[in-house]
Formats: sequence, C-alpha cells, structure tokens
Amino acid sequence: MKLGRQFFASWRAIWVIRGELSRKTYWMLALAGLLLPIAAWWWLAGSGLMDKVFMPSPSDVLARVFTWFKDESLMSDVWISTYRVFAGFALSAVFAIPLGVMIGTYQPMKAMFEPLTDFIRYMPAVAFIPLVMLWVGIEEGSKVAIIFIGTFFQMVLMVAEDVRRVPINQIEAAYTMGATRGEIVSRVIISSAKPALLDTLRVTMGWAWTYLVVAELVAANSGLGYSILRAQRFMQTDKIFAGIILIGLIGLAIDQLFRLFHRKSFPWLYLK
Amino acid sequence: MNTKISIKGANKTFGHGGRTVIALQDINLDIANNEFVTFVGASGCGKSTLLRCIGGLESLSSGSISLEDAPITKPGANRAMVFQHYSLYPWLSVMNNIKFSRSLKTGRENLSSSDVEAASGRADALLALMGLTHVRDSYPNQLSGGMQQRVAIARALMPRPQILLMDEPFGALDAQTREVMHDLILYVSKLEKTTIVFVTHDVEEAIYLGQRVVVMAPRPGRVDSICAVDLPAQRNQDMKLSPRFLQQKKEILTRIRETAGMHTDYELLERMSKQAAD
Repeated sequence: MKLGRQFFASWRAIWVIRGELSRKTYWMLALAGLLLPIAAWWWLAGSGLMDKVFMPSPSDVLARVFTWFKDESLMSDVWISTYRVFAGFALSAVFAIPLGVMIGTYQPMKAMFEPLTDFIRYMPAVAFIPLVMLWVGIEEGSKVAIIFIGTFFQMVLMVAEDVRRVPINQIEAAYTMGATRGEIVSRVIISSAKPALLDTLRVTMGWAWTYLVVAELVAANSGLGYSILRAQRFMQTDKIFAGIILIGLIGLAIDQLFRLFHRKSFPWLYLK
Repeated sequence: MNTKISIKGANKTFGHGGRTVIALQDINLDIANNEFVTFVGASGCGKSTLLRCIGGLESLSSGSISLEDAPITKPGANRAMVFQHYSLYPWLSVMNNIKFSRSLKTGRENLSSSDVEAASGRADALLALMGLTHVRDSYPNQLSGGMQQRVAIARALMPRPQILLMDEPFGALDAQTREVMHDLILYVSKLEKTTIVFVTHDVEEAIYLGQRVVVMAPRPGRVDSICAVDLPAQRNQDMKLSPRFLQQKKEILTRIRETAGMHTDYELLERMSKQAAD
C-alpha cells in the first residue's frame, strides 16, 4: 500500500513540462515502450481471437527468420536491398547537396529551382514506376531510380533550409575579415551547416528505406521488399512480419550509426 | 582634425514603389583618426544601417562614405565588425576563431615566414589582452556571453583593422559584465590606436565610451545632434554619477524622447488604476 503510494508520487513527479528524467528511469520507460507492444502482440496471437494466418505470433516470426536465413536467401535479400537503398540515397545526396547549398545561398538559384522542386516533390514516386521502366529498364538501375526520385527532391529542399539557417552574422563577420565569396561558401556556410546537413542525411536515409518496397515492385526477384510482396501471394504473414521488422531494425541500426558519426564529427555540440 | 572616415550627403532608402522607407537622410559627418564615436537613437533611426554602410555590408542610395579619401564600396579587412551575437564559429576553438582571418586568402598574400610568426605572436597577445589564455582551446559554446564577445573582439582586431565597427556588441550582456567590457574596450582602443564606431541604444554606455555621441532620429533616419562628451579622457565607473555625466545623459535622453515619437500615456495609466480601484 505504502509502496503503491510512493510509486504514484514518483510517477506524478516525472510529468513536468520539459522536465528531466534520470537515466535509469529513461531506459526503464524506453524498455517498457518496446516490450509492451510485443507482449500485447504475443497475447493477441495466442488468445485465439484472430486466425493464425492473419496474426502470427512473435515466435512464428522468429522461426520464419531462421528458416529464411537457413533455407532461403535472407542475407542476399538484405544485401541487395541495402545496396539499392544506399545507391539511390548516395546518388541523391551527390546531386542534392550542391544544388541545395546553391539554392540556400543564392536567390537566383532559389527562384529558378525551388518552385520546381516543391512542385515535383508532391508527385508520388510510385506513379513514376511506368516511366522509369520505360526509360531505365527493369534492371537494378530502375530500383535505384525510384529511391532516387523518392528522396532527391525532399533532400534538396531540406539542404537549402539547413544552409539558410546559417546565422547571417557568421557570414557578415567573414566579409569584414576580408573573405571572398568562395571562401564564405566553403569556409563559413558549409562548415556551419555541416551538423544540420548530416541530420538531413540521416532523416532522408530513413525515407529511402521506406521507398524500398515501392522500388522492388519494379520487376524485382530479390530483396526484402520483394520478399514481403511475394509472401503476401502465398499468405505467409509471418514472413511479411519478418520482412517489415528486419527493415525496421536495419533502419534503426543505420540511424544509430549516423548519430554516432554526428557525435564524433561535431564534438563541440556535445560539450558542457 | 585628421579625418579618417568622411560621410558626405549619405542617403539610403529601402524598398521601392509606394513602400519606401528612408533609412538615412543627408548624413554628413567626419570621424577623426583614433576617435571613439558612439551612435544612439530610437529604433529605426538608421544607426545600424549607417554602421553597415561604413562596413560595406550595405550600399548607399546616394552620397558617399570614404576611408582616407578612398570611397567604400565593399567590405574589407581594414574595417572589422563586431556583432551583438551569433557571429563566432562554433566549430572552431577560441584560438582558431581569432586566427580565422589569417587563414583567408587576403591574410596569406605576400606573407613571409617572419610574418607568420608575428601573426601567431599577435594571436597570443590578443588572447592575453582579452583574458582568454585559459580558454584558448575551448569552443565558443563553452563560454559565457561576455567571454564570447571578448573572442569576437579579439578576432576582429587580429588583422589590425584601421576601424572597428561595433553593432550593440554588449547589448545581450548583463550589467556587471558590460561595465567590465566597457573598461576593456576603452583600454584596447588606446593600445591598438583603432578608430571605433560604436552603435548602442544605451545612452549611459554611449557617453561613457564615446568622445562624441551622435544622436540620431527616426523617420527619416537623420543626425539630430552631436554631443562632445565632457569627461576626462581616462574614464572610471564613478564618473557615471558625476553631475556633468548625468546632465549630458539627461540632455541626450530628452533629444531621443522628443524624436522617438513615443511617450508614456500617464492619463491612460491613471484612468486604469482608478478603474481598478473601483
């Protein structure tokens, strides 16, 4: 009884607007947030409320991952999908970063390219599939192209916004120290925007993964997205679950790598 | 008077068509070599715009500003500027912020090895002068606001500018830190023999620092009056309470209030407190 009261007192105490949490409480709540849905899923699957065909249990899914790994081609599916995502993402970054920097720095570039980009980014990437098949064919290039279309236009606008957020005083101070225009772009604007740019890459990398399934609609015969789509045809819901969760886990791992790289590259942001 | 900066018939308008704002109207002013001039005035009086025009960050609509008879058309390393905030480079250490100008092309032209040595000596000297030696390897976001402004000033002084332009540099600091910075900048101006043009909205600061206080008025932005400060050259904080100081402060505040077109509506306040009492 007393313990219960204590628990509720400390439970109430952590609900402060913009409040602080101890590390221990934070990780306990994070763990609960992850485990509760899994527990609910387990219970639902075992309760018999839903047909096993529609709702496989976590153990079914885990078992499916093992057979996928052992008897089918899990690793090559993971590899080919990762390759497609990285290729599409890298291609998009190579063009989006310079273009975004120019749009964020020079008004004429903004006038010429921003309205166009804004317009195209509302077009659904899926709708480009027929065109991409006609133009690029049905080889690897077409999958990469779909991921490129899905991420490039968003990335350009986000990079431009990152660059525009560089404080004008940093730029003007460089002018009054005798910097040339080129030096201001390379030594001030890009240096200053780098942490934000890496964050933009991290976020758009997530979007690139979400376009994977779309990309593998295009005449694919391998890959995680393709496996999910094929599993539907054979009513292998456990494989659908497994594929979705695997994509989530890979995405989470890459996201954490980006965050680690951010901490290592920009130590001044994590001081104090 | 050994004129350093000469402003002649300077006009500046913003916008076009029916929505133009006259930021500066017919400004004529000479600033002497090694002078410390402060500009005060209500918001919108154009004091910052004028400073930015001297810095070459903005151009005049008509008239001219020249530095030793050479017209100013663009920014240059001979006119360093200190901003109120957000001008330091957070990815560089304090020392590398100060040396930033040396890493630019203009800083490297025709440089011999003895010049490079002298430059690093100068960076160390500025670090010591500003009391920053113990934080030379820190990043700006590890420093207090006052320390950050010391870095900004040291960085601006690094290329030995002829003129230091300061745009409300202490506006974001607390009162005590500001007093310390005032004495520091006065000391620096004597030591470095730099001409300083200083914009502020704080009349006390303007009188304490300036040899002359230029009072500007808004709509259109213009020079209202120029007040030669009547205080001993060697300032100290006690002078802020001297009758002469307070007299000048009162005169300048009166000019600003008259030109600002803003005043406290005492009648309204009285009516409201009466209503509240009922």
